[in-house]
Amino acid sequence: MTVALEIKNVSHKFGEFLALNDVSLNILPGDFTVLLGLNGAGKTTLYSLITRLYNNNSGSIKIYGFDVRENSVNALKNIGVVFQQPTLDLDLSVKENLNYHSSLHGISFAEANNRIDSEIGRIKLEDKIKSKVRALSGGQRRRVEIARSLIHRPKLLLLDEPTVGLDIGSRQMILKHVKSLCKKDNLAVLWATHLIDEIDKGEKVIIIDKGKVLESGDVSMIVRKTKTKNIRDAFNKLVGI
Amino acid sequence: MELVIYIRCFKGIVLREALRFIHQKERFFSALVRPLVWLGIFAAGFRSVLGVAIIPPYETYIPYEVYIAPGLIAMIQLFNGMQSSLSMVYDREMGSMKTMLVSPIPRWFLLISKLLAGVFVSILQVYAFLIIASLWDIIPPISGYFTILPALIVSGLMLGSLGMFLSSAIKQLENFAGVMNFVIFPMFFASSALYPLWKIEETSEWLYYFCFYNPFTYAVECIRFSLYSQINIEYTIGILIFTLIFLFLSILGYDPARGNLQKKAGK
Repeated sequence: MTVALEIKNVSHKFGEFLALNDVSLNILPGDFTVLLGLNGAGKTTLYSLITRLYNNNSGSIKIYGFDVRENSVNALKNIGVVFQQPTLDLDLSVKENLNYHSSLHGISFAEANNRIDSEIGRIKLEDKIKSKVRALSGGQRRRVEIARSLIHRPKLLLLDEPTVGLDIGSRQMILKHVKSLCKKDNLAVLWATHLIDEIDKGEKVIIIDKGKVLESGDVSMIVRKTKTKNIRDAFNKLVGI
Repeated sequence: MELVIYIRCFKGIVLREALRFIHQKERFFSALVRPLVWLGIFAAGFRSVLGVAIIPPYETYIPYEVYIAPGLIAMIQLFNGMQSSLSMVYDREMGSMKTMLVSPIPRWFLLISKLLAGVFVSILQVYAFLIIASLWDIIPPISGYFTILPALIVSGLMLGSLGMFLSSAIKQLENFAGVMNFVIFPMFFASSALYPLWKIEETSEWLYYFCFYNPFTYAVECIRFSLYSQINIEYTIGILIFTLIFLFLSILGYDPARGNLQKKAGK
């Protein structure tokens, strides 16, 4: 089976500071995988390397078999990203933002319009398509960002703390939507968070701290291995809080 | 990757820049007011102090307003180039620069497209200025309105890529404001925009050389000659060299392996 995301022995330094220490992980198509770590654990650095914002110092990162450094065009085609910071242009409308993203992937105008209608329908924001992003709530903006990340039909979706700062209703709606994408579209998802309550039983979790992967596997396996009652206790025990 | 994909990408980036420009009407207004203040107030006061001898490309004595018009056109492009970079610093802080950089299309193409989009916007501003400047009797030969275009593209690219390089090296908007002061004002005043270089040479030789090697002088002079449908080889070669240097530096600044993005992330 093709691996959606394969990271092997990736380390990364900023000057003398070791931000990632020999990280290895695999994600399969259809997997919803949570990358769990405190702020500053190295989650955003890992995302920056996967998306080639900058190059990894060592190891390799492959997306559906394409090495990010050696074959970045094919690797990046397969990735959809929702960054931690909001990345929509507030002065443009929802449609203008999505059209801009489509052009960055070389999608024709007619095809882009079809895909935009379809993705906006899935997040139920048809009535906001002509609204300026500035007029949208935080939760709606996040949903638009998720729709945008799917316009070019990626097979791997990376989300970096997508629910930070949102109310409970918006958080649940976004989480439910992304999990349903895994099942319906066989999409591989890597969901970075520090919010343990976003993890359901049976899901895959990667616990990262100080740039190092401490444990990975499904929730029950980690709980069993750490001899704790639940994933919260397991996390606390592993990171020592 | 097919050519049509590059074309769609380029169109999308230019359209976004144009939409942002249209949505920010005050930006267009201030871009026009700035040179007009220089023309209407500064030039009016200064014309009696400074006499301009006959120098190429002019064939006769000219009013001071006519002399400084090319400098003000270059100033529009200088501010526009810096403002585009300012938006890139803002973009990057807001994260939308990342959206562009993770596109599968090669990064150098994305950056050059963004630069050309900025140049396109600056050219609109320049032509609007030229129309208003005709009220001050700044009327070049008709052919000048066409021959100025290639000069505007190259000077816009040079100033835009300088701004882009600076944006890659600056982490926060606050730092950028400082660089604006240390870049825009020295570049503008130590150039041939407001006074001919021979006047400066009379005062100070070292300042003359400083002005002579200032890239902005090359932009001003290329625009000046092209506005009168003439070409000055020395300045043309100079501006092309500066453009290539700044372009190279700005692409290097955003390179994933060597770029400044990475250095700053670790700070």
